[in-house]
Amino acid sequence: MRELPPLFSDWFQKRGWQLHPHQKQMLERANLPAQLLIAPTGAGKTLAGFLPSLIEISEKPAEGLHTIYISPLKALAADIKRNLSTPIAELGLSIRVEDRTGDTSYTKRRRQRADPPHILLTTPESLALMLSYEDFARTFAGVQRVIIDEIHALTESKRGDQLMLGLSHLQAQFPDLRRVGLSATVENPKAIATYLARAPDPCPILNADPGPDPDIAMLRTDVPPPWSGGGAAYAIDAVMAQIKAHKTTLIFHNTRAQAEIFFHNLWLANDDALPIGIHHGSLDRAQRDRVEAAMVAGDLRAIVCTGSLDLGIDWGDVDLVIQIGAPKNVKRLVQRIGRANHQYNAPSKALLVPANRFEVIECVAALQAVIAHDLDGDPKGAGPRDVLCQHILICATAGPFEATELYQEVTTVGSYRGLTRAAFDACLDYCATGGYALRRYDQWQRLQQRPDGMWQLRDPRTAQRIRMNIGTIQDSDTLKVRLRGGRGGKILGEVEEAFAATLTKGDTFLIGGEIVRYEGLRDLILEVSRDAKKKPKIATFSGSKFSTSTQLSHRILDLLNGRDWQGLPDHTVQWLNLQAKLSKLPQRARLLVESFEHDGRHHFCVYGFAGRNAMQTLGLLLTQRMEEAGLHPMGFVATDYAVLIWGLDQVSDPAALLNPDGLRDGMENWLAENAVMKRSFRTTAIIAGLIERNTTSQKKSGRQTMFSSDILYDTLRKYDPDHLLLQITREEALRGLVDFGRIEEMLTRTRGRIDHVTATGITPFAAPLLLEVGKVPVRGAAEDRLLLEAASAVLSKAEPQE
Amino acid sequence: MNSVSFEFGGATFCALGSGALYWPAQSLLCVSDLHLGKSERIARRGGPLIPPYEVRETLEKLQSDIEATAPATVICLGDSFDDPTAATSLPEAETLWITRLQAGRHWVWIEGNHDPGPVNLGGSHAAHLTREGLVFRHIASKAPMQEISGHYHPKTTVSIKGRRITRPCFLFDQRRLILPAYGVFTGGLRGENPILSALFSGQPDRILTGKIPIRL
Repeated sequence: MRELPPLFSDWFQKRGWQLHPHQKQMLERANLPAQLLIAPTGAGKTLAGFLPSLIEISEKPAEGLHTIYISPLKALAADIKRNLSTPIAELGLSIRVEDRTGDTSYTKRRRQRADPPHILLTTPESLALMLSYEDFARTFAGVQRVIIDEIHALTESKRGDQLMLGLSHLQAQFPDLRRVGLSATVENPKAIATYLARAPDPCPILNADPGPDPDIAMLRTDVPPPWSGGGAAYAIDAVMAQIKAHKTTLIFHNTRAQAEIFFHNLWLANDDALPIGIHHGSLDRAQRDRVEAAMVAGDLRAIVCTGSLDLGIDWGDVDLVIQIGAPKNVKRLVQRIGRANHQYNAPSKALLVPANRFEVIECVAALQAVIAHDLDGDPKGAGPRDVLCQHILICATAGPFEATELYQEVTTVGSYRGLTRAAFDACLDYCATGGYALRRYDQWQRLQQRPDGMWQLRDPRTAQRIRMNIGTIQDSDTLKVRLRGGRGGKILGEVEEAFAATLTKGDTFLIGGEIVRYEGLRDLILEVSRDAKKKPKIATFSGSKFSTSTQLSHRILDLLNGRDWQGLPDHTVQWLNLQAKLSKLPQRARLLVESFEHDGRHHFCVYGFAGRNAMQTLGLLLTQRMEEAGLHPMGFVATDYAVLIWGLDQVSDPAALLNPDGLRDGMENWLAENAVMKRSFRTTAIIAGLIERNTTSQKKSGRQTMFSSDILYDTLRKYDPDHLLLQITREEALRGLVDFGRIEEMLTRTRGRIDHVTATGITPFAAPLLLEVGKVPVRGAAEDRLLLEAASAVLSKAEPQE
Repeated sequence: MNSVSFEFGGATFCALGSGALYWPAQSLLCVSDLHLGKSERIARRGGPLIPPYEVRETLEKLQSDIEATAPATVICLGDSFDDPTAATSLPEAETLWITRLQAGRHWVWIEGNHDPGPVNLGGSHAAHLTREGLVFRHIASKAPMQEISGHYHPKTTVSIKGRRITRPCFLFDQRRLILPAYGVFTGGLRGENPILSALFSGQPDRILTGKIPIRL
């Protein structure tokens, strides 16, 4: 449809560049209401997205906003700004590009609302905030295009749902808004196209050349991986050798704690003092900025990182990606591998480093899947209603609205197309009155319907509270960590409040690659000093934990079942043989269950291979049954392949405990009382605006902590069991944290065929479970019994003195 | 009735698992920080609409303690209502419920920082009250005699076999006894908090609430 204008083609020629075919096609289709580009890293996605905007603005210069660019990462916005500045300067265009994120100053944000740039680079949350102001229609006046970068990542979280709802509201004001999605390789591009486009607009999909297959293998080490643990310390020397042999290496970890430990060990082995950095979400912003800047400048030989570098910035010089720990998910592995993209047309090079022997099996299975181009992924469910509730509140904050109009807007969003009017009205009612069965007070209204039928906020003070709580990212309560020394010592990063509560003075832990000693708590900041010791007491934070995908789990079981162990190293084969000798190997069509005693407690282990969340749910179901049977369960830990339960009494009849009929029927019961449901409820309640995020100022005022969401949950269950938020919690939990579908899959696969092994001690497969973090306590009778025992122990000690 | 007996100010008390204090010799039940109407107050001031069921839940708890102890006197130790308006905004059913609980017994509302001034419900109203030389007041005074108070919503955490258990608790030493918050939608202040520990000489005795209350 359209050619490159002379100004642009000359510039391309001067640089000796040529448009990639997909960039050309994007330009030709620039007038379509929606289009999706699927391209690997390094394929010039950004240019493909922005080129039509640059041309349009240069041909028809006007004041005001033309293009909104949205990325899931703040850092990406800053990077894009840098990348756009070169062509804009060299082409001599007068185009203003500005970013706006949570880090942007208040004055700048105010100014941007009154005088927006041509191209605004922002995040879903900042966009939602902008849409909550009364004058948003003026701010966005004239907007033509919206570019959503890394849309595949956004679709996997509620941030994407919030974004698409916001866009529907914006598009109601500006019907000609065109949408462009940029995505990495995914298993189901059509689903993303539906997600992106305004229903029923068409959304053609463009596939860039995926480039050659990656060069990927498992890292060979002289030392075998340990039986358990996640540190991969055994591989430090081999990884170091790889760093030396390459220009720049990205070393991915699944959790922040593992990244910290690995970085620490790497640093101890860094005899040549190579420049190596660490990057993850708990580190202080300034420190992350420094690492990113050094990376862009090519000053670093390696970066130890987590999912915080999954997306975004194209590090031009990365020539090796190392994945430490099992990849859990083939699609993400492929995307991470793609980060090694020194040349678009050369294969990416990647190495997998299993952290323990079980992960060896998972890594081998994942390698087979990558080679077979067998990507995994779960179909996306309907749009979450807690996000819709927040959206309704945001719209009300911007000004009065008409319910039918808003409903129609919402149903143009791909994932809300199936939303019924009744379901929408229930969300509106919740926002307006709390949605309680019992409605008693006039003041019990957040939204009021005016005589003309429009909905508005009852109390203007509510607007500020709603704005403070915009967003769907669930951050756990964290405390900043500061290095003691002088006034305003250096901030190192953050740790979770729960972790901080376990520290006593003198405890050492790792943060930002440094070992620090806990000194005390001051003004809600954790004060630490440097510690010269070589071994920290503990690592810090948990990070996000993913479930191993169904497809990958099946591949693992097939690998174990098939006895085709050629791809496995000798030590792993020996380990499997040992497990087969001392216990049994799990089979796809049977359920392996083990009992053994350890550390004075009875342990019970179920190898379900259903992924972490489902195994966690199974843990909850089983412990509930054990509690009922008076077996005093004390807690459990779940991994992707098993759940290990310990308690004061032994499980003698596993078949009864695992009876599938009862498991299904008992759903409602256990939904009532468990930590996972309550965690799910808390998330939903915060997103839907039932409870507010704890702000630092509240904590600082020294006021008593707000009532716990657990108690709200209990009360709602008792008095209003059909309340909207309980419905949402159940729905969310079933497909997310609870993942009951995969328990069903496990039960169908094994059909009650249970292999129960009673071992004399810890079995080879159970050993790693004992060291897992994330143990879930069971708050039942065992707790009271322990307290009583402890109390009577104190009493019996006290007696002789009397 | 699950309770733990202990001595304070020369008398024997029972700490109930619910967080109520029972004085058998005086047939006296004392509860602190009910915070009735908390949901309503937050809603009224433009805050989130949290479930309006906490009044029922708290009264149900109170009713069951009253049934178990049949006290001649009930003392509500302040912050019984989340604010004065909350006290007047209770639905009729809940006002009647309180009246029913009051029938046939002496009922005292001690005033707290959230509910200064008299309430429009039965019972008498006082800034503080003395029984057998023991003073009942909402906020601990600076130089206490033998004193029973609330206000701080104390809770405490114990670690046993790697398990951390946090519960509201009673705190006491020779001179002071501080009650946990009785209302259901109430947070808490850790016993180790400097504001609280400053009130005691040394480590106070602690009794954890819960199905089975436990003295540490």
